Amino acid sequence: MLDINLTGAWHTVKAAVPHLIAGGRGGAVIITSSAAGLRGYPNIAHYVASKHGLVGLMRALALELAPHSIRVNSLHPTQVETDMILNDAMYRLLRPDLDSPGREDMAAASRAMHALPVPWVQAEDVTNALMFLASQESRYITGVALPIDAGCLVK
Amino acid sequence: MSRLDGKTALITGAARGQGRSHAQVLAAAGASIIAIDACAPNPAVAYDMPTAADLEQTAALVEEAGGKVHYAIADTRDEQAVAAAVAAGVRELGGLDIVVANAGIYPFGFAAHEMATADWDAVVSVNLTGTWQTCKVATPYLLESTRGAAIVIVGSTAGINGAPRSSAYAVTKHGLKGLMTTLALELGPRNIRVNSVIPTAVDTPMCMNEKVYRAFLPDIDHPSEEHIRAAFQRVHVLPTPWVEPEDVSRAVLFLTSEDARFITGTELKVDAGYTIK
Repeated sequence: MLDINLTGAWHTVKAAVPHLIAGGRGGAVIITSSAAGLRGYPNIAHYVASKHGLVGLMRALALELAPHSIRVNSLHPTQVETDMILNDAMYRLLRPDLDSPGREDMAAASRAMHALPVPWVQAEDVTNALMFLASQESRYITGVALPIDAGCLVK
Repeated sequence: MSRLDGKTALITGAARGQGRSHAQVLAAAGASIIAIDACAPNPAVAYDMPTAADLEQTAALVEEAGGKVHYAIADTRDEQAVAAAVAAGVRELGGLDIVVANAGIYPFGFAAHEMATADWDAVVSVNLTGTWQTCKVATPYLLESTRGAAIVIVGSTAGINGAPRSSAYAVTKHGLKGLMTTLALELGPRNIRVNSVIPTAVDTPMCMNEKVYRAFLPDIDHPSEEHIRAAFQRVHVLPTPWVEPEDVSRAVLFLTSEDARFITGTELKVDAGYTIK
């Protein structure tokens, strides 16, 4: 978990940042963390630790790269409707009370975690936030953790 | 690019500065604008407050940007006045979908233990009570919206860190986080999103004035522009002394658009890295 989520992200940044600096035009780094990067969830400590770690990486990089006008921010999605979330292991994680939970059982539990009346968000919603952070629309936004979380962090 | 076609946005503190910029940017994105402002002096602040002529200028700029506009002089401390202005705006423009609670004042200069009660009350009544009343008046209309409703409350980096010699300002901006998160919880089930933008110093008359310069540069009587730029630069990690009103407006546009349809309860910082430094 840490190898991929945390060390892998660092390797990615390490390989890419010299090119951003060499370009001399500033730039933007966007790290995909998770709502689990800003709060705890039971029974996935390794995932939570890796996603919190990414916030530390984001903040350190934001300080280090700002003199080059390279902005560094992170995205914090709640459940996104993808195969990573919609599978039996996740159904069982969110519905330990059921013997063989399915998609709708998870949807009910997931919806209850959110302030907005939705069980999950779409990949496109995360992309929209990424587009904002990658564009000049956010030219003075750096070091920010942006949730796309249907309000689960305030609930 | 985010669009707000067919939507109506209420913007408080719209006569100039950030509020005017929000009105222009949201109008350019297709929104109709209800622009209100107190347009009156406030004894608690050292800088000049906007005038009715400023608000008229905002209305003209909204129309120039292609938007319809209803504007009215209304002080957010006066719930009845805000209610009347919003009702008239909704009648004229049709419905209400977006609220940008921007009106605020920035008194400066006294330590918390030296501040007069009247000055404390002046800040709390505009920045905190006025913002609550704006949201209170607008929410029944937002509940009727079928086009995706959103509130953006304008906070400040002083709502995250302390602000020496501006304690009441810091207190109210911290308080707005409590209002924002609570509204997000209360209105989320009705599909209304509530978020904050958190600007650092913005190039507006509220921030860029002699009193603020003196606080940043206590040892220099008449600081040059170079002195001022260097002093403001020191609090940021990005190489900029301040941000422009449009930079905050871009964040407001993102948060109020369908691009952010599942973002609620969030503080979006437009702070050039101030709060991570």
